[in-house]
Amino acid sequence: MKFLISMHINPAVLDALTDEEKAAIGEGHGAFIEALKKSGELITTQALVDPSQAVVVSVRNGQPVVTDGPFLESKEYLGGFYLIDCENKQRAIELAAQIPDTAIAGLGVEVRQVMFAEGQLEA
Amino acid sequence: MTAPVIEDLLRALTPQVLGALVRRHGQFEGCEDAVQEAVLAATVQWPAEGVPDNPRGWLVTVASRRFIDQLRSEHARRERESAAAAEVVPEDVPDSDDTLVLLFLCCHPTLTAASQTALTLRAVGGLTTAEIARAFLVPEATMAARISRAKQRIKAAGSSFRLPAGAEREERLRVVLHVLYLIFNEGYTASSGSELHRPDLAREAIRLARMVRAQLPEDGEAAGLLALMLLTHARREARTTAGGDLVPLDEQDRTRWDRALIDEGTELVKAALAGPELGPYQLQAAIAATHADAATAEETNWPQVHALYLILERIAPNPMVTLNRAIALAETKGPQAGLALLGTLDDDARMSGHHRLLSVRAHLLEKAGDPAAAYELYRRAAKATASIAEQRYLESRAGRVRT
Repeated sequence: MKFLISMHINPAVLDALTDEEKAAIGEGHGAFIEALKKSGELITTQALVDPSQAVVVSVRNGQPVVTDGPFLESKEYLGGFYLIDCENKQRAIELAAQIPDTAIAGLGVEVRQVMFAEGQLEA
Repeated sequence: MTAPVIEDLLRALTPQVLGALVRRHGQFEGCEDAVQEAVLAATVQWPAEGVPDNPRGWLVTVASRRFIDQLRSEHARRERESAAAAEVVPEDVPDSDDTLVLLFLCCHPTLTAASQTALTLRAVGGLTTAEIARAFLVPEATMAARISRAKQRIKAAGSSFRLPAGAEREERLRVVLHVLYLIFNEGYTASSGSELHRPDLAREAIRLARMVRAQLPEDGEAAGLLALMLLTHARREARTTAGGDLVPLDEQDRTRWDRALIDEGTELVKAALAGPELGPYQLQAAIAATHADAATAEETNWPQVHALYLILERIAPNPMVTLNRAIALAETKGPQAGLALLGTLDDDARMSGHHRLLSVRAHLLEKAGDPAAAYELYRRAAKATASIAEQRYLESRAGRVRT
């Protein structure tokens, strides 16, 4: 079963962390990735740039319109994700709980099963 | 010999060769790699140069040589031992077929079901890692890591290469049958995604189930599982429209069911049910045979289906069985009786919010003449499923009852 674990970032919460705490998050993700690779549960993981770098694309009257910034004003944003393949939902939740972000109040990770997938698998 | 014939031959021989090698050298991991290389060599050489007189012996010889080469290169400092191993020249290939032992090893209880499945397909099914990865829609690297992990775990568990005895054997056989059942199910109804069928996996599961049944002809559940697969697979063509939409059992064109598979499955069930033990696979096969027996959906012997589910519920209680019994009960005693039985499942944590419970309740409410409630539940069921084909089907049912 495939699950997307998406990490929702709150910049205010991240800014308030000490350097040691930030480093611990980085190391935690590194260890988590290694463990997932070993167990054969990692499909891919990607981190996304700051939303200030994002643009919103819409098509109006057949013409693409590109505007700056996120579409909606939102305190939290999607910071990155893990795409995993594991035994069942219970295991996906167990894995998600190992992500360092989950130990920090104000940050959250969401677990959702994948319904359809297409594209390059040799990621 | 043509390429497909060679392919079939290799698929049947691979586990036997691996079994012979593991029995001789005792190292599952290294032997497995060596056998894969020998099979690869055969697929290149045999079509060009012809199949050797003793293909199994050829493969064992080539694989043994590869294994010893590996041993040499990996353990250069232990040259003396590897030289000793090299002296074992595989002149006479033992006649015993170790495929079953291999299957038992792949279904080792320390592995997760996902790993058991992957390892079984690779070692006993003879599928390449890339093929298994494709079938389960994961990157090859993910599947390779899973298979190599599984091999390491088996090694760490210190398993010896033999058929377990007594109760342990009985227990392991249940795991083996369950793994084959999972492989079949994945091929029959993909657990997610837009592809409803992955017939290759279903066919492979049937091939392996046939093999288990041939090696353990006395086991009623091995026969029951094979029968269940055959009877289910027989409906494959009728289960979807040309556009890929699901067709429920009562609306299927029964002339498109595969008669030969049904006859074979039905014979197996009859023989198995006459035996001393009665297990869940035999009962599920008997239910499938009862459905197959009816020329039209209306002629279905629902009292018999219900009785079989009752026995199944008694020997292997499971909320899914109760759910299915509710459908049969509704057909014999009316939708209200079915709905009342569904009510007993509401407190079951495994079932609350499950799309099957929602959709069956919707179906029975529709029959009971409450389209508004049925509509709501069909919509909720559609949201709860991870299968796109099922979702489309449930949305269409919702559309049909909309008032």
